[in-house]
Amino acid sequence: MSANISAHSVVAPTPLARRFAGAIVILYALVTMIPLVWIILTGFKSGPDSISYPPKIFFQPSLEGVCNLFTTRTRQTADYIATLPPAASVCDKIARSQSMVIAGPSNVVQRFTNSVIIAFGSTFLAVFLGTLTAYAFSRFKIPLADDLLFFILSTRFMPPIAVAIPIYLMYRAVGLTDTKVGMILLYTAVNVSLAVWLLKGFIDEIPREYEEAAMIDGYTRFQAFRKVVLPQAATGIASTAIFCLIFAWNEYAFAVLLTSGEAQTMPPFIPFIIGEGGQDWPAVAMATTLFVVPILVFTILLRKHLLRGITFGAVRK
Amino acid sequence: MSNSNSHDAAAAAKLHAVNQALRGFSERTMAWLFIAPTMLLLLAINIFPLIWTIYLSFTNFKANRSTLVQLVGLQHYQDILTDNDVWQFMQATAHFVFWTILLEMVIGFGLAWLIDKKFRGHSFWTTIILVPMMLSPAVVGNFWTFLYQPQIGLFNYIISFFSGVDPSSFQMIGDVKLAPWSIIIVDVWMWTPYVMLICLAGLRSIPDYIYEAAEVDRASAFRKFWTITLPMARPFIMLAVLFRGIENFKMFDMVNLLTSGGPGSTTELASIALKRVAFESWRTGYSSAFAIILFVTVFGLANIYVNALKRVKQG
Repeated sequence: MSANISAHSVVAPTPLARRFAGAIVILYALVTMIPLVWIILTGFKSGPDSISYPPKIFFQPSLEGVCNLFTTRTRQTADYIATLPPAASVCDKIARSQSMVIAGPSNVVQRFTNSVIIAFGSTFLAVFLGTLTAYAFSRFKIPLADDLLFFILSTRFMPPIAVAIPIYLMYRAVGLTDTKVGMILLYTAVNVSLAVWLLKGFIDEIPREYEEAAMIDGYTRFQAFRKVVLPQAATGIASTAIFCLIFAWNEYAFAVLLTSGEAQTMPPFIPFIIGEGGQDWPAVAMATTLFVVPILVFTILLRKHLLRGITFGAVRK
Repeated sequence: MSNSNSHDAAAAAKLHAVNQALRGFSERTMAWLFIAPTMLLLLAINIFPLIWTIYLSFTNFKANRSTLVQLVGLQHYQDILTDNDVWQFMQATAHFVFWTILLEMVIGFGLAWLIDKKFRGHSFWTTIILVPMMLSPAVVGNFWTFLYQPQIGLFNYIISFFSGVDPSSFQMIGDVKLAPWSIIIVDVWMWTPYVMLICLAGLRSIPDYIYEAAEVDRASAFRKFWTITLPMARPFIMLAVLFRGIENFKMFDMVNLLTSGGPGSTTELASIALKRVAFESWRTGYSSAFAIILFVTVFGLANIYVNALKRVKQG
């Protein structure tokens, strides 16, 4: 113990080096946050403020981004607008100040709901299948286990566009194009490889003795799996689920090629939030902000297991 | 009350039956029962399509026409490998992969090295740095087009603020010379944290006593870095290089939204070119052959990657 302490002082960085390192890392962290912070700010700007030169850091917050994101509007003449009853809501007022009238709700709620359903559906399936498979690989003697595991992992490395060609044809043949079920199955297949690899690592860490003890007490293998292993693996299962969720939430390549309306998710939808003359930046920025907030929460929840997740469970600490 | 009781009893009976059934299974049966659904799913959604792609790559099939499908043999493969455009896409991809990896490694390793000094609040700032890599690449590509706007964009404004160049005098995504760098900058912004995190794990895996021994031998800081830090962190660095290499070789989403391959085809990476022939020109047979060539390349890289994974695990 004492040797450890004295040795530690020999290799520990000096306070000055430590402060210097801290200053550079904090500077990097602040610079790296600028793009994201800028987008979040843009979501609260009015149209003219969002495209002003020089870029405005301080501005009068506006609900234009929110209003434009959730509604569709049509341009009308001042005479027509004058004949309308007084504006009923804030969004009405903002629209009329630009000689527009709200025509109806936009598609954003439906697209966001699609993202939620597809992400949660595929995550549930991938983690369910992944847990069973990982347990089998962890506990049973499987012939060619290494080859099968490599096969499972290799599916993750396929370029999505290369896979999308036959999937597109296959889905067209069986009527799964632009359906939530089709997207859930597809994302499950992509995520299950990650789930198996991560969960195998987590289950490997649970001592076999626990199950063996339970089986001596009369549990079947399946009961031991359900009542002993699953609770022990709960943290691992939760963090695997979050990784799958993030992938499905963020995925774009399959979504843009296989969905167009009914099952379209947010990533292909956001770039097409258009105003008059190009992208409606406050609305796009607001959509991006709403889309990114769950990810920020998940990153904080996951920070201890992040390394494991991004290396398929290879690097643990 | 009695209703829920009977329901519970039924459920219990059912569970009991399941358990009885499972008790009867040998461990081998259970292993296959646990593995089969995953394998079936992967066969249906990955392997079957792959085999279909291989078949299509030998035909002149066009997905938007219903003409008779004819076998054309290795024609498409020959066309692709002798096509100058394809080599140009490959060059663009190589340029992108090379520079992103180089920059991400240098910055990522540097950051990891600094974070490893364990200054106050290092874990908080590490979490902040990790945020970009968790975002959706497509959404990132989209909002960077806003930052790169020549007149109003924040990126051009910041550059002109520090260099004095007029912000509307250069276009990051409209200029043939700058566009390849515009995608590199965004990728480096997004994925340096990934490399940093893996390098940090590598640095933390080096036991203190090695440095202590070097201290006893009065090795210089420079020497310690070259003879201890770098070699011992090398498997981790390799892992990061390979993973980023594979991911960027098949890069699609971020670049598709940022430049969509333009201007001209200066940023037309392999996957973007593939999307054009497959889903815009609808040359399904030709694009299938292209897809197979890309897949074989990635598969080769993935093989190396998995071997590197094993080495890290053992180390």
